[in-house]
Amino acid sequence: MLRPALIAAAIVAAFPAYADSGLDALRAELRAMKSSYEARIQALEARLEKPESPAAPAEPLPQQTAAAPAGNHFNPDISLILQGRYAHLQDAGERRIAGFLPSGGHGADAARGFSLDGTELVMSASVDPYFRGHLILALQDEAAEIEEAWFQTTGLGNGLSLKGGRFRSGLGYQNEQHPHAWDFADNTLMYRALFGEGYGNDGVQLKWVAPTDLFMEFGAEAGRGASFPGTDRNTNGAGSVALFGHLGGDVGASHSWRAGVSYLHAHARDRDSELEDMNGVHADTLFSGKSKTWMADVVWKWAPNGNAREQNFKFSAEYFRRSERGSLLCEDNSAEDSACTGLDDAYRSHQSGFYAQGVYQFMPRWRTGYRYDRLNPGTVDFGANSAFLPATDTQPTRHSLMLDYSPSEFSRLRLQYSKDKSMEGQNENQWFVQYVHSLGSHGAHKF
Amino acid sequence: MRNLLVLFVLWLPVHAQAALNVFACEPEWAALAHEVGGGDVKIYSATTAMQDPHRIEARPSLIAQMRRADLVVCTGAELEIGWLPVLLREAGNAAVQPGLPGYFEAARFVALLDKPARLDRADGDVHASGNPHIHTDPRNILRVSTALTARLAEIDPANAAAYRSRGQDFAARWNAAMARWQTRAAPLKEVSVAVQHASFLYLLNWLEMRTVATLEPKPGVEPALGHLARVAAQLQVTPARMVLRAAYQSPRPADWLASRAGIPALALPYTVGGNARAGDLFGLFDDTLDQLLKAAP
Repeated sequence: MLRPALIAAAIVAAFPAYADSGLDALRAELRAMKSSYEARIQALEARLEKPESPAAPAEPLPQQTAAAPAGNHFNPDISLILQGRYAHLQDAGERRIAGFLPSGGHGADAARGFSLDGTELVMSASVDPYFRGHLILALQDEAAEIEEAWFQTTGLGNGLSLKGGRFRSGLGYQNEQHPHAWDFADNTLMYRALFGEGYGNDGVQLKWVAPTDLFMEFGAEAGRGASFPGTDRNTNGAGSVALFGHLGGDVGASHSWRAGVSYLHAHARDRDSELEDMNGVHADTLFSGKSKTWMADVVWKWAPNGNAREQNFKFSAEYFRRSERGSLLCEDNSAEDSACTGLDDAYRSHQSGFYAQGVYQFMPRWRTGYRYDRLNPGTVDFGANSAFLPATDTQPTRHSLMLDYSPSEFSRLRLQYSKDKSMEGQNENQWFVQYVHSLGSHGAHKF
Repeated sequence: MRNLLVLFVLWLPVHAQAALNVFACEPEWAALAHEVGGGDVKIYSATTAMQDPHRIEARPSLIAQMRRADLVVCTGAELEIGWLPVLLREAGNAAVQPGLPGYFEAARFVALLDKPARLDRADGDVHASGNPHIHTDPRNILRVSTALTARLAEIDPANAAAYRSRGQDFAARWNAAMARWQTRAAPLKEVSVAVQHASFLYLLNWLEMRTVATLEPKPGVEPALGHLARVAAQLQVTPARMVLRAAYQSPRPADWLASRAGIPALALPYTVGGNARAGDLFGLFDDTLDQLLKAAP
């Protein structure tokens, strides 16, 4: 967390060419412009004196044009994401997914009415010939969260790359996407239940792409494991380990696909989750133990002749299984007329779920999409705490329908309707109107 | 940097035994690499003439090809900015990173036209370094072929002589073809045309034809009916002889305007593979000129 003054300092530091010696830089730039114009005028004069024959065969070997004089070109590529929405939602209080321990994160505190949905500052550049760096800041009121800040090697070769710092894990398909790249106005239930928003970690990632026609990518990550489902544990070594593999390719000119499997192993100590106990009273629980998550993902895209400009279709689906094993403490809240007595006993859960979505661009600028979310609370064994904490047989589901309009590659307006049955005993109609704008350098999105 | 080069050179012979893998971003550079590289190179074209090179998905198959490339031949000038950086980043191929001999940007070897005076996205999808559709001028093809020959010889010294000889042979045939095209194209001089996107700026500049209208209200922005109606009205005052679009572009706006103005709409191949006749670079310009001459007798 940073104070606004620190953010300002960080932003100023990102523009060293201006901040350090603005005047000198300006003078240097003027000089560079002047000399470049003089050179151009001379070149033009030379051409006037000796008219060029259009197909001169004896043209000298073309010289690579020099890069533009160094002005602010050494500054990182900067882009800014502006995102906001109007949400018509019920007053549902804590938005807990029935049967799942809350993961915290952005999905949990869905604001009603108008709100800023996400403001992100993205900077990236080559560090030197061996590394590139990337920073994503999520700006909130009186806070800036470092969503990602990492370096990646560019010079290892042989299909290898090493990433280090804070980054979104390569697990699954949607995980690396930030909210502005989502095809719907809100997160999938699966990712909300698993990670809050997406699984980020402080650590290292080694990735290898195989030298084959079929795309094959394998990655391993080790990190602090401080975010849900793990916690910060104040230990040396790795708190979480992730493994993933993806295959992909084309079928003809019009179809392409990618599919993969991922595994996440994380440790938690005193992981805090707020539940409702048997008496319907707020109860604080602390989980300590291991969390294992398997995920499978598949993406299929279609565009006539591979030309996505007019029409295209994208289908993606992901499935997960998570099992957690350890102990759960339900803090004593009997003073507030409720059930828990501060008992710490064994906890085991096996849960699963999936989402599947299709997005169709039926004409330039216009897309429509449908998403189905379903989670299975599976078996949750609270041990002796079963006497105080209720089990559920609600299967959280949600249907979402969206229509979006993109005046250009850089702007998008979206309307979404969701029928949300993810909370205990609720059947909610949700409406979202959302905008996503991206300013600055042209970002390139992954498949 | 030097260490990397040493590593690169050490690593090179392993792959040089097999043909040199060339990853071409667009079909025109694949065709050119074929002319110069012949049997010494194995070429993969990332896109086809039916695809808009501005809007390509960074597909897994492209990453897999990039992984094995010894040389990447692209246009540059931000044409591939939406997808090429992802491929370079994801493939883990150290030899083809920008700035290294394995990375070749054609636009660096020609003078770009239409460099915008100001950079503002309010002006649409502008390219800061100028219009990137350089291959539509055959003089640029010649310039790039010279540079590409030198580059191939640099990264595959074992076959340098073969590249040079094929490069010279291509240049001779290309010069002869250009002389022929130039003579044939004489009637096209000063002919006015409307274009869908500024795809043919260099072609029209070479042939000294005039662009009197653009169907896209701003670069990269889809032509809308309101704007097309204004263009149609404008063509009443400054008539055009034909409407040009590239094979990959939607026919609707050009056809609508053409029928409104009573002029022909031409689907030029734009690049190699754009139609049956444009099977190679020579066929590309033969067919382009035939179509233009037919429409402006």
